[in-house]
Amino acid sequence: MGIISRGFGGRRRESVPGLPPGQYLTHDFPVLSAGPTPRIPLDRWSFTVATETGEKKKWNWQEFTALESEDVTVDIHCVTKWSKLGTTWRGVALDTLLADVETAADYTMVHSFGGYTTNVPMEDLLDGKAWIAYKFDGEDLEPEHGGPARMLIPHLYFWKSAKWVNGLTLMNDDEPGFWEAAGYHMYGDPWLEQRYQGD
Amino acid sequence: MARAALPGRLTWRAATLVGERRETPSARTLVLDVPDWPGHLAGQHVDVRLTAPDGYSAQRSYSIASAWDDKTVELTIQRVEDGEVSPYLIDDLQVGDQLELRGPVGGWFVWREKQTAPVLLLAGGSGVVPLMAMIRARGTAKGKQPFRLIYSVRTPEDACYAQELSRRVRDEPGLDVHFVYTRVSPRKRIDVATINSYGWPADFTPDCYVCGPTTFVEAAADILVALGHDPKRIRTERFGGTS
Repeated sequence: MGIISRGFGGRRRESVPGLPPGQYLTHDFPVLSAGPTPRIPLDRWSFTVATETGEKKKWNWQEFTALESEDVTVDIHCVTKWSKLGTTWRGVALDTLLADVETAADYTMVHSFGGYTTNVPMEDLLDGKAWIAYKFDGEDLEPEHGGPARMLIPHLYFWKSAKWVNGLTLMNDDEPGFWEAAGYHMYGDPWLEQRYQGD
Repeated sequence: MARAALPGRLTWRAATLVGERRETPSARTLVLDVPDWPGHLAGQHVDVRLTAPDGYSAQRSYSIASAWDDKTVELTIQRVEDGEVSPYLIDDLQVGDQLELRGPVGGWFVWREKQTAPVLLLAGGSGVVPLMAMIRARGTAKGKQPFRLIYSVRTPEDACYAQELSRRVRDEPGLDVHFVYTRVSPRKRIDVATINSYGWPADFTPDCYVCGPTTFVEAAADILVALGHDPKRIRTERFGGTS
């Protein structure tokens, strides 16, 4: 479009490798969510995978945290323009959770306590690309950041990394989740700046 | 949670600054003419993109302050001291200058005139901006929905829209505003007593909108839940500090 703002750019931040287009670096950990923060007691926590044929597999907190977990250091990118580099998490890889699940589904819907949903293609959850994280920076995950456990899918915009997760539905066809139905992009690749529908 | 409307594709548009108002020492309202603007709902936001002469560009999201009037789009920009975009928009952008803008964005943190429930608005600092758009939309529509705003702000000098709010309270039946000053003696914070006294009882099943910095939103939304409000009727928007 070529609108140039004379005098703009004097306060620019230093350019940082690892920053997708349109993003800026933050050292805080901003919070973004649509409603109040739910507090989920660990004895009421569970995570359920439901396949496209209706079969279910469920873990309680003890069973979930007994699964093999991984420490990961990743960059995260929020659609509201902030990025945070080198964040450290501990969680269970979706590869581990889905290892014994029989499915041919290409799509998934992530579900959260409180009713939030977000859609993610199956291949974006597998091969070491996604975790259900329950520690951040060595500490138990705070409720406002999605504790007891949240999705961590760092290669997509962070709204895909649903907080307070409690389940995953496997689907043959893609469907929009909460923000996707409100005009946000179905996939959300930060490197392609897929912020909104049509990007 | 309810589903939101499905908007079309968002394209960048050239917006021209046609007017401005200084709201507080650190906030300025930009009145923008945006050709072919499709209109917006109260509570939605836009993305703004600035490009420097050498091609460097930066984007930020800002809430829309105005109700749609078929003419202009107003944004109120709060200065972030070490920011790179807000100081430019407040100090340097002149009437007649252009910038790129796209939107409206967001179908969740919105108030529509057809909503009939009482409304409780809780604002922390510059979080008042999208809530002001709701108050203005109610005014434009001559809405009868009972509205209450609790506005937490450092000092009276830091309050945006103060004169307009008192005029609307005088002229628009069913609108009430209560200020909480956090840096004026006796320093107050939004608390259970304040929301209990100046909000709506949970029995009225109001639609609640909470906007401000994360600490404010977390505290206010927790209080609403503790007072018995249905979490599904509490919509929040957090300002991570848009610099």
